[in-house]
Amino acid sequence: MTSAQTTVSLSIDGNEMQVLEGTTIHKACESAGINTPTLCWAENLTPVNVCRVCVVEVEGSRTLVPSCARPAEEGMVVYTDSERVRHSRRMVLEFLGSGVDLDQATPLHEWIVRYDADIARYDQPDLPAAIIDEPTKIQDDLYIRDYNRCVLCYKCVEACGDDAQHTFAIAVAGRGFDARISTEYDVELPQSACVYCGNCISVCPTGAIQFKTEFDLRRAGEWRPDQQEITRTVCSYCGVGCNLEIHTQDGRIVKATSPADHSVASGHLCVKGRFGWRYVQPSI
Amino acid sequence: MTDLHFTSDRADSTEIEAVAAAIGNETVVVVETERLIRGGKERRNQSRHLLLPALHALQRAKGWITPGGLNHVADVLQVPPAEAYGVATFYEMFRTVDPGHSESVTHVCVDAACQIAGSDMLSDELTAAGSAVHRSPCLGQCERGPARFVQGVGTADEVPADAELFVFHQQGDPSLRLLKRIGVVDPGSLDSYRANGGYVALDRAIEMGAAAVLDAVADSGLSGRGGAAFPTGVKWRAMAAEEGRPKHVVANCDESEPGTFKDRVVMENDPFSIVESMTVAGFATGAENGWIYVRGEYPLAAARLEVAIGQARVAGLLGPDVAGSGHTFDIEIRRGAGAYICGEETALFASIEGFRGEPRSKPPFPTTHGLFGQPTAINNPETLLNVLDIVALGADEYRSRGTEQSPGTKLLCLSGRVANPGIYEVEFGTSLGQVLEMAGGLTGSGELRAVLLGGAAGSFVGADSLGLPLTLEDTRSAGTTLGSGVVMAFTTDVDMTPVLIRIAEFFRNESCGQCVPCRVGTLRQHETLVQVGRTGSITADRRQLVDDMARAMADASICGLGHTAASAVSSALALGLIGGAK
Ligand SMILES: Cc1cc2nc3c(=O)[nH]c(=O)nc-3n(C[C@H](O)[C@H](O)[C@H](O)COP(=O)(O)O)c2cc1C
Ligand code: SF4
Ligand code: SF4
Ligand code: SF4
Ligand code: FES
Ligand code: FES
Repeated sequence: MTSAQTTVSLSIDGNEMQVLEGTTIHKACESAGINTPTLCWAENLTPVNVCRVCVVEVEGSRTLVPSCARPAEEGMVVYTDSERVRHSRRMVLEFLGSGVDLDQATPLHEWIVRYDADIARYDQPDLPAAIIDEPTKIQDDLYIRDYNRCVLCYKCVEACGDDAQHTFAIAVAGRGFDARISTEYDVELPQSACVYCGNCISVCPTGAIQFKTEFDLRRAGEWRPDQQEITRTVCSYCGVGCNLEIHTQDGRIVKATSPADHSVASGHLCVKGRFGWRYVQPSI
Repeated sequence: MTDLHFTSDRADSTEIEAVAAAIGNETVVVVETERLIRGGKERRNQSRHLLLPALHALQRAKGWITPGGLNHVADVLQVPPAEAYGVATFYEMFRTVDPGHSESVTHVCVDAACQIAGSDMLSDELTAAGSAVHRSPCLGQCERGPARFVQGVGTADEVPADAELFVFHQQGDPSLRLLKRIGVVDPGSLDSYRANGGYVALDRAIEMGAAAVLDAVADSGLSGRGGAAFPTGVKWRAMAAEEGRPKHVVANCDESEPGTFKDRVVMENDPFSIVESMTVAGFATGAENGWIYVRGEYPLAAARLEVAIGQARVAGLLGPDVAGSGHTFDIEIRRGAGAYICGEETALFASIEGFRGEPRSKPPFPTTHGLFGQPTAINNPETLLNVLDIVALGADEYRSRGTEQSPGTKLLCLSGRVANPGIYEVEFGTSLGQVLEMAGGLTGSGELRAVLLGGAAGSFVGADSLGLPLTLEDTRSAGTTLGSGVVMAFTTDVDMTPVLIRIAEFFRNESCGQCVPCRVGTLRQHETLVQVGRTGSITADRRQLVDDMARAMADASICGLGHTAASAVSSALALGLIGGAK
């Protein structure tokens, strides 16, 4: 936050409100109790504002604006549920669902219903809509990548790069609908710069990258998140003190995550905290 | 030495030498603790801006960018290899897969003007004759289609048509302003440029002082010629007021809007005018750095600009004390590598900086956060060219041509079914019909069917629009645009369906892929048109879908590419050019 804590007044859906300068429209909506869909935004990452599912209408602006990244301004008049907003949000959801598998993109499911997104309408007689259709990359025992589920939200790239890990093992390659998250020349992860911190997995909203443990259980039809227990602890490997959340199902560890709101690691871990629990149960 | 991780592939001596020749013996030395800072976006100001020139060198050396070559460049410039690969795969002119041969590759334009001039046939002939052919988007030679560009391996790139005689249909016309030197001046000679009125404007600008130049530009009513028609005076004043240093002036010579070739003609035939006008811009706004970003498919333009910059430096017209004014200004050229999106200003900055050419949301605007995050005035070269006349003639005299809201003259790119395609300078307010007459009227067997105004990002108007005065205000109220000055004529003997399918494919191919509405919308729009092409008509529900997609792309995309990607298609449907019934 900037030096002086000045406030700005704006109106959202007809309600006048005041927020601290620098607050995004999305945050302002949240404090007004207005729920806004987001996909590429996360508390612990720099906004890239690429998915456009969070767009709102701002009076005087020719196009809709991404609420996750745009700071509220004095006198702004914002509409979050106008016909234009609903239309664009619906189309973004349709576009996403028409090209990739959103089955595991749970945060989007309620929005698809809410905006009445008709994902099937893109197939045409004799001309099925192009989809991303690539074999799942299973290159080691720790995690898998299934880009048929990838919405290109850039979160993994940010987590691997500037926003957390500074390893830069993955980046966006190619252009347009052919753009993919990739290592250099698509080399297998073990040959790349990847250090297996798993930070990309923890930010992925769609299951496009996931722990091998989770992938195997899902494939066996045995993934039951509602029956999992989460135990909070502190990683014992070094003195930094990253908080760990150990997820267990039927008494076995299935994955380790870190709370995004914790000050030490902001949700990120290293390979030891992320996968070091394996000595407890060498093979699952 | 460092903690970047590389695969075991190594560059060979050809590649190492080619890279050294392109970027000098630049190496970034990183000490362990610097990694985190240099590894991130903060690194932009370091050597990463040499990535694009280095990739060009690799591509030319081998005909593709090998894993070993990429590792070498990534190591020398300390760019993570995954990111360098992401950049290399962004551009049309770069290959990251071994093509299996080391022949030069002939790019054949498949966009509208060339498509209706038989580019498919040319491709087939060249392929049959054993050439490696690459289907290319508009090559900026729409007046001489089907256009070709030859990308060399181990040799320089070339444009076969450059060997032919240059024809300029308005040569000798005393009313010319912007094009008065075209075909008259020797593009390789500063003396010739001076003998034809060159550097009068810079002298005058120095005499007047920076503030007076800014006033004149504002008073002239000049607006940007790159497509968005933003008032240049407002932009320059805002940038001049910025106190951050250094500041930049950028000439946006990416010119990739299908149907546009005006900037190429100026760069090739009057390159000093661009150097001079950028110098005036630098003087007026207090910028010390000038950059020319010229599209990769314009080798002649880049070479002539390079010569002009060299001569201007020797004459003291660039450098630490420009023409004795005490002001410092110099210019660097950057070649693009085949990406329409890199003409979008923020994408262009990213491209120069060595990142993928992905636009970013505005605000903040380039005047405060431009190249390297520093204050920047970016303009189309035609916009800059106008400044020479504004300074030399004064704002009042400048405004004596054109209309109140569209003062001055405009460069138009005439192509398609006209007798004398080419570049024309016309006074704002000239009607569409008069312009077609200037270009010798229609050719071919049919009547006028439609005219594409403003390029692929513009829109079609019908034969009933011949009376339309070509001004910013009249085109806007008619629901169309002058855009970058494209006037492409189609007659009734042209089958419009393939033309529209290709326009849709253009956007699909050129979308940077960053935002969902454009990445997927352009794909689905293309698929829908392919289906219309197959069935010959459009059903009500497909029509609804096209409209739904168009609205979302226009409303929710990040940049102008997505905002305008449905414009030509929508106008064609409204005019009944495709899809059957009107
Ligand atoms: C997809 C896209 C491509 C563009 N290409 C160009 C271009 O090749 N040349 C250009 O001058 N402006 C281009 N523009 C417009 C620039 O973003 C910018 O508005 C312009 O360079 C500003 O200069 P002006 O004010 O002199 O017109 C493009 C915009 C978009 C969205
Ligand atoms: S596991 Fe860590 S290092 Fe590997 S790709 Fe993911 S974020 Fe990058
Ligand atoms: S893999 Fe996941 S986090 Fe990465 S871009 Fe795709 S959806 Fe986003
Ligand atoms: S509108 Fe298209 S080109 Fe522009 S940022 Fe979005 S995806 Fe990229
Ligand atoms: S959440 Fe705002 S653009 Fe993705
Ligand atoms: S060069 Fe072919 S359309 Fe422009």
